[in-house]
Amino acid sequence: MSDQLSRRAFFAFAAAATGAVIQDTVRAGRVYDPERAGHPREPITAADNDAGIQAVEKKLRCTCGCGLDIYTCRTTDFTCTYSPALHKDVLRLAGQGKNAQEIVDAFVKQYGEAALMAPPKRGFNLAGYFVPSIVIVIAGAFLVRAIRRWTREAQAQAPAGATLPPDATPAELERLRRELDRLDA
Amino acid sequence: MTLLGSLSLWLAFLVGLWGAITGFAGGAQGRADLQQSARHATFALFAALAVAVICLEIAIFRHDFSVQYVASRTSRNLPTFYLWSALYSGQEGSLLFWAAVLSLFGVLTQVLTSRRHRIYLPYVAAVTCLVATFFVSVMLFAANPFQRLPFTPMDGSGMNPQLQNPGMVFHPPMLYLGYISITIPFAFAIAALLTKKLDAEWLVAVRKWTLVSWLFLSVGLLIGMWWAYVELGWGGYWAWDPVENAALLPWLVMTAFLHSVMVQEKRGMLKKWNLALIIGAWVLSIFGTFLTRSGVISSVHSFTQSPVGYFFLAFLVVTAVASFTLYATRLPLLEAEATLESMVSREAGFLFNNLLLIGIAFSVLWGTLFPILSEAVRGTKITVGPPFFNQVNIPLGLALLAMTGVGPLIAWRRASLANLRRQFAVPATSGVFVLLILLVAGMRDVGALMAFSIGGFVLGTVVQEFARGTRARHRQYGEVIPVALVQLLSRNRRRYGGYIVHVAIVMLFVAFAGMAFKTETQATLRPGETATLRGPDGHVYSFTHLGISQYNALNRQVTAALVEAQRDGKPIGRLRTEKRQHVDALGRPTFEPSTEVGIMSGLRVDLYVVLAGLVNGTEQAVFRFTINPLVWWVWFGGFVLVIGGLIVLWPGGVVVAVKGSKSSPAQAGYAVKLEAER
Repeated sequence: MSDQLSRRAFFAFAAAATGAVIQDTVRAGRVYDPERAGHPREPITAADNDAGIQAVEKKLRCTCGCGLDIYTCRTTDFTCTYSPALHKDVLRLAGQGKNAQEIVDAFVKQYGEAALMAPPKRGFNLAGYFVPSIVIVIAGAFLVRAIRRWTREAQAQAPAGATLPPDATPAELERLRRELDRLDA
Repeated sequence: MTLLGSLSLWLAFLVGLWGAITGFAGGAQGRADLQQSARHATFALFAALAVAVICLEIAIFRHDFSVQYVASRTSRNLPTFYLWSALYSGQEGSLLFWAAVLSLFGVLTQVLTSRRHRIYLPYVAAVTCLVATFFVSVMLFAANPFQRLPFTPMDGSGMNPQLQNPGMVFHPPMLYLGYISITIPFAFAIAALLTKKLDAEWLVAVRKWTLVSWLFLSVGLLIGMWWAYVELGWGGYWAWDPVENAALLPWLVMTAFLHSVMVQEKRGMLKKWNLALIIGAWVLSIFGTFLTRSGVISSVHSFTQSPVGYFFLAFLVVTAVASFTLYATRLPLLEAEATLESMVSREAGFLFNNLLLIGIAFSVLWGTLFPILSEAVRGTKITVGPPFFNQVNIPLGLALLAMTGVGPLIAWRRASLANLRRQFAVPATSGVFVLLILLVAGMRDVGALMAFSIGGFVLGTVVQEFARGTRARHRQYGEVIPVALVQLLSRNRRRYGGYIVHVAIVMLFVAFAGMAFKTETQATLRPGETATLRGPDGHVYSFTHLGISQYNALNRQVTAALVEAQRDGKPIGRLRTEKRQHVDALGRPTFEPSTEVGIMSGLRVDLYVVLAGLVNGTEQAVFRFTINPLVWWVWFGGFVLVIGGLIVLWPGGVVVAVKGSKSSPAQAGYAVKLEAER
């Protein structure tokens, strides 16, 4: 009887000890003052790391005023309360079976075009995208035209056959040519 | 001290006004007494503003919280290192810093300018005094750093934790030095317009000042990028923020000037263009200041919205209109002395380089202002973020990078087909070689492929230039190759220093392109647990959470996570990332907890670890692990850029001839032997 009891006590103790060890390895210890570490965080889920979700969030602006996209804000500014909520909205919409464009459209419907990190390419926004290129192309065309005009003027002003510097003798020019050839060799 | 500070500001205001009036009047009437008075006013202005700066610093170091600025920016336990930077961490103090540094530049200009440029100095004194007086008037009437509180708090509010970083001690002064010193070339340009002495002399006077300004602005931008990378924690260094853009605009315009000025020096062309660039760079610097301080566009960098913006807007409009009106009246005096002889010439190359630089500046300005325009036209608020700027500017940037390699290969005046073939063979081969290597290695990102291969082309150009020059010296003077290389560089610092800057630009572009391959993941780890991530360099990196510790340090309570990093299973080091709760002298929390990033920097990749927070107050922590490729090359490229800039700036070497000036004739590169034989 007493043998049985002691055996039971041994197994009970062993089970408790094993449980305690397992618990220690599973649970992390509490830190001294959790308040110092900022807002408590929820564990990361597979959806948080989903490339598709991240791609959508990188197109959408956080509404906290930071100027960052939702993904960057929620993984950078850990004091922001907006980006985690917006992230949950994205996850909810994705969970409803919406594709990337539909999620973006839902955000635009709710927050306006300012929800996008870059304006959509339509209407007046086209000016935003294409005016710089158009201006540069027009300026480039003017520049090419001006250079052509200048070169024509230069050719007209130059005396016929005066391609050589007037103060250079043939011997000097030959020496110059030799030097340049040697340098480039 | 505050009384003395306020009196100094009023004195600076009056002296500055006097300097402006006597400078303009003395220059116009040719009266030596007025000119001398303007010069003395510049010195007095600096003295008065220096006293004001000292007064504010004394108030900061003595913790005089009866001064509003001191109470709102500092606290008793703020580390001494940051007490100094508190001077420019807020609106009022930074205005004082700006005005004081400008007055110092004004003094240096008066003292260091050579005798042959003395004719410009009264007007230069007038312009610097006028601009400094404007800044002083803003302080006196809208943002007084010596404003007192009706009561004296026990402690101040402290400094924003993100500003408590070494980068923020050096970034604002460097950026301000760049911004502020643009006033000096601008002042010389105005002086040249007013005196009608528009030959190449004024160029000689402003060229070095422009380079100084460009160098400071470059360093300011680079330190700002470094600060954003190590402090803000988003894993990047450039976000196309409106205030970043505002600093980039004058840099681009000055870069254009530093190139096109060579055409004026060599050929007496582009006079109108160069003057317009200098005026434009200065106007853009004031525009950037307006953007930062008005709150007209939301930005993480902006100072709080204040009436200061209206002052800057008015100043911007008045000075821009006055400057360009004066410029327009002098256009007939700015006719070119020569004309372009060929589309395929160095001069034309510089023109296309300028087209791209100004085109990028325009697109950045356009993108920055487009939200305002959209709201005005459509009544709809929109966001213009990095995707927009990247889409518009990356092609232009790549074209500009290509021009960096093309420009030095084309001869002045006219390039023959044989010359082009000879010049382009090595660089083009080098670019194609890089492209093929990367394609074989499996790279498929078009933008990165173009950046790397064009980078290879530009490096080929620079190496060819150095090799030819060195070989020429070796043959001519019998110098051993290393000596020949050093001599080549020291004999023509401007040309070869410029090539070193080009190498730095290649490094920067390659590093920027590398960011296309960054990888990252988030993970929740208990002590002992590991997260793995494949890097863009093909290695597998693992991060093991070693534990959390909490301790007090200086003015903050720290929660630190230690992470061991391994590459392909082999330990490579440990990273520490922190949460910092800043507290006041009584131990009360002052700001929201901030994050300190753990970075292990390498030539190929940076390991970048951020502690997002703890789960339920336990050691189970949420991390973000990022592997950033080639970031080290941004900082090294910046270092090389500064070295190249300093070589260009360093006095001595061969004096470069300026067309129309009385300087010695230019002899450089291929001309060395012919000159020696003469």
